[in-house]
Amino acid sequence: MSGNELLSDQGLRIDGRKPNELRRIRCSLGIFSQADGSAYLEQGNTKVLAAVYGPHEIRGSKSKALHDKAFINCQFSTATFSMGERKRRPRGDRKSTEMSTHLEETFSAAIRTELYPRSQIDIFVEVLQADGGNYTACVNAAMMALVDAGVPLKDTVVSCTASLVKDVPLVDVNHVEQSGGSPELVVSILPNSGEIVYMSLTQRFHIDHLSKVLDTAIKGCKDIGAILNEIMKGHLTKLDTSLQAS
Amino acid sequence: MAEILLSEAEKAFIHHGVQDDLRCDGRTRLDYRPIILETGLVSNASGSARLRLANSDILVGVKVELASPSPDKPQEGRLEFFVDCSANATPEFEGRGGEDLANEICRFLQRSYASGDTINLAELSILSGQQCWVLYVDILILECGGNLYDATFMAVKSALYATQIPSIKVATMDGDQPELELSDDPYDTKRLNTENLPCVVTLMKIGNHYLVDPTPEEECCSSSGIVVAVSGNKKITAVRKIGSGSLHPDSLVSMLKTGSDVGAKVNKTLMIKLLEEKNLEKSQKVGFMR
Repeated sequence: MSGNELLSDQGLRIDGRKPNELRRIRCSLGIFSQADGSAYLEQGNTKVLAAVYGPHEIRGSKSKALHDKAFINCQFSTATFSMGERKRRPRGDRKSTEMSTHLEETFSAAIRTELYPRSQIDIFVEVLQADGGNYTACVNAAMMALVDAGVPLKDTVVSCTASLVKDVPLVDVNHVEQSGGSPELVVSILPNSGEIVYMSLTQRFHIDHLSKVLDTAIKGCKDIGAILNEIMKGHLTKLDTSLQAS
Repeated sequence: MAEILLSEAEKAFIHHGVQDDLRCDGRTRLDYRPIILETGLVSNASGSARLRLANSDILVGVKVELASPSPDKPQEGRLEFFVDCSANATPEFEGRGGEDLANEICRFLQRSYASGDTINLAELSILSGQQCWVLYVDILILECGGNLYDATFMAVKSALYATQIPSIKVATMDGDQPELELSDDPYDTKRLNTENLPCVVTLMKIGNHYLVDPTPEEECCSSSGIVVAVSGNKKITAVRKIGSGSLHPDSLVSMLKTGSDVGAKVNKTLMIKLLEEKNLEKSQKVGFMR
């Protein structure tokens, strides 16, 4: 699909958003009772579930244990019915394995792993419906699940994507924009310090545009961070009142 | 399924409760726990349902695809089941850890639906011997809170009930190649007849009595039981004994009888609720946002 269709002459995107407009974010915490922490997050039509177990003793081979910090174990899976085409396997393919590794890197940078030497924290994410920005939705959902589990974090991690169409940076791209051949920049940041913990770029654009696109993505991250912060506060206030009542 | 460790005293407490027909959560032996059901949550699937039976959480998505029928049944479509135990349920399901359980449930689904009394597969045929619909029924187990079989079957039935199959016409025969014409209107769809699809009842034997809808603690106390698949017209389509213990033939017969009675009741209630939900407005979907 050409860039003309992705951004109309009126400056609106294919789903009617403005270039700097995020998709609607909805999130609920603590939806499962058996996991230590869990969260469900919707970013537009992308829907993700995350569950956190731990910190607990190392499961399986003890050689994974790190003597000075916790071992972060992530698994990324996609429901077989989540995409337009049916997927044959929910996990185990190269893309899912790569995603799991990226998540492990991202969260190892954000969790205060030094507090739990020789233990393990499991983060499991499940994409129920995929519509672009799967990785970002997974990071945001997993972060909320970590908060729900009460795992100490250096800072909240938030993630956002950005693209460039007709020299205009777009924030939070959906599936159509992503598969339309335009570049996609994914960043995860620690919003308080502004440090980047994950970055990837597909396709190419001129390096002069990089700062513009990166700024858009970081601005998106900070906006998402603010929204998630509100949701977190709302959840904790509700929890507090229900505890006071009982 | 967080690991359950019960002491002898706790086990005895459950045993006595079952004996007196008053279980730990106040139910009688033939009561179910509360069920939350919603259909049409996944927009990428042709039909979907999410069912929560106490802590057991199942999400089912049905995808409809065109394929050629199998040579031995040229006038029928197919149902393909796939069960995935998500690691969200328990860390033990990570990687390939959940495959044994998933296979077990998947095989039982296949066997229960194989009976001709459950679904009319000829409904899925488009052009005999050449084209048919294949329904991929993908089951995702998100949390295990006991009684997975019952929950899975109810969710599958609900998802198939909600499945919309596009209208298709065989337009022209160009030589040997038929030309299929899909309707332009996305709302021009048909639904399957799901009246007779089976529901399952798990009966667990504790002491001299048996009970339905066991909690994980009760499953832990019981060494044997059966799962009975009962179709909408009250026929038993599949049975399987579960657990490591043994059963007396007399109790098996009585369990089968109770199972088919309860199964018929479950089936009837489910159909009523599904119809009720269908008549609700779409804006009332809740999903995972509670």
